[in-house]
Amino acid sequence: MSILELRDVHRVHGRGETAVHALRGVTLTVDAGELVAVMGPSGSGKSTLLNLAGGLDRPSQGEVAVDGTVLGRCSRRALAALRRRRIGYVFQDLNLLASLTAAENISLPLELDGVGLRQARRQAVAALSDVDLDGYATRFPDEMSGGQQQRVAIARALIGERRLVLADEPTGALDSHTGEAVLRLLRSKVDGGAAGVLVTHDARHAAWADRVVFLRDGIIVDTSGPLDQPDELLAAPGGTS
Amino acid sequence: MSVKHGILALLERGPMYGYQLRVAFEESTGGTWPLNIGQVYTTLSRLERDELVRPLPESEAGQRPYEITDAGRADLAVWFATPVGWTDRPRDELAIKLALALTTPGVDVRAVVQTQRTATMRTLQEYTRLKARIHQPTDLSWNLVLDAMLFRAEAEVRWLDHCEASLVRYSPPVASLAQAVPDETAAAPDRFAPHAEVEVSPR
Repeated sequence: MSILELRDVHRVHGRGETAVHALRGVTLTVDAGELVAVMGPSGSGKSTLLNLAGGLDRPSQGEVAVDGTVLGRCSRRALAALRRRRIGYVFQDLNLLASLTAAENISLPLELDGVGLRQARRQAVAALSDVDLDGYATRFPDEMSGGQQQRVAIARALIGERRLVLADEPTGALDSHTGEAVLRLLRSKVDGGAAGVLVTHDARHAAWADRVVFLRDGIIVDTSGPLDQPDELLAAPGGTS
Repeated sequence: MSVKHGILALLERGPMYGYQLRVAFEESTGGTWPLNIGQVYTTLSRLERDELVRPLPESEAGQRPYEITDAGRADLAVWFATPVGWTDRPRDELAIKLALALTTPGVDVRAVVQTQRTATMRTLQEYTRLKARIHQPTDLSWNLVLDAMLFRAEAEVRWLDHCEASLVRYSPPVASLAQAVPDETAAAPDRFAPHAEVEVSPR
C-alpha cells in the first residue's frame, strides 16, 4: 500500500527568464514499510521534493498524495491536521522549542491532537528512552548537546501514529556511531509499517534505504534497489581484500 | 593480508588443528573470506617448513594440533607492526576505466559514472542490510570487517560524485577538439554529455 505518491510533480520558483525549475516531472511512490533515500548534488531538487512530500510547499504542476489524501485538495486546517498526525519531520534545523523541555517538545504534537497530558508525557518519556535519552525529560534544549537535541527531534518525529517520516540529513553533525543509531531508529519505524523518505549526501546513510533514488537537475535519473541475495556478496571476489 | 598471517594470529590464541583453524578464520572475518580445508593444510605445511609453527602429537581422534613457535611469534609481530602498502593492492580498474572513457570518442562518461554509482550503492545497501542484522555489537571483529567494506564502498560513491561534479565543470581543450573534429559544436556534446542541460562547449 502506497503512503506517499508524487505524480508528475513540477516545481518552478520565480517566473520568466529567472524561473528556476527545481523539479521537472518527478513521479515517486513510497509504500508502507519502505524507506527511500534521495541523493543528488546540491541544487538537484532533493529538499524541494521533501517539502512537497510533507505538504510544506505546493507543486506548480502534478499531485502529491499522503495516505490517500491529495494535499492540493485539502483545506488549510485539514492539511495542518494531516501534517501533525500523519507526517513526522526530521529536518536540519531541529525546530525544538527552546522554552519547552525535551519531553514537552516531544509530547506537544500529541497534546495538540487532544491526547491527554499525562498519556502524552508518558509516551514522550518512552520515546526518549528509545533514543537512549533516559533521564533527559526535564532538560531544556540548551542544556543538551547537539547530538542529544538531534535525538529529541527524532523522537518527536517518530512518536504517535505517523504514517510518513521525512528526514533531511538527519544525522547532521553526529559522530558515526550516533548517526548509525539514528538510522536504526528510522529503519525500525519504517519496518513497523511507516513509509520513510531520507534525503542525504552520505552514501553510507542512504544505504539503510530499500531504494535509492538519484536526482539530477530536478529529474530522477536512476534508482538503486537491493540485490536479492545479500549473502552472495560475501562470497564474491570483490567482497574480500 | 595472507592466510599465513591469519593462521599465525589464530595459533597465538593456543594450539589448534586444521578444521578448528578454518572455522576460527571464517568466524573472525565474518565469513567474508571463505577458506577451504586444503588451503589451511597447505599453509600449515609451509609454516612448519619455515619453522614458524610446530606439530604436536595427534589426539586420540587422529587430529594433529599445531602451535606457534617463537620465530612464528616474531614474524606475526612484524606483520602487525607493518602498514599495508597501497602498491600491494590490485590496480584500480574503475579509475582506469573512467580515464579511458574520458578520452575515448563517443563514450557517455556521465552514464559510466552513474552506472557504477548505482551498482556501488546497491553493494552498500547489501552490506548495510547485513549490518542491520547485528543488533548487539558483541561480535566486534565481524562488525569492523563489515565497516571496512562499508567505508570503502562509501569512498567510491564519494569519488564518483566528485567525478560527476568535475565533468559538469570541465571544458575540453579547444585545440585538441578542433584538431580531432573540425565541427566542435557537433563533437563536444556527443562525447561528454548526452544530457542537454550540461554545458560542455569551451567558454
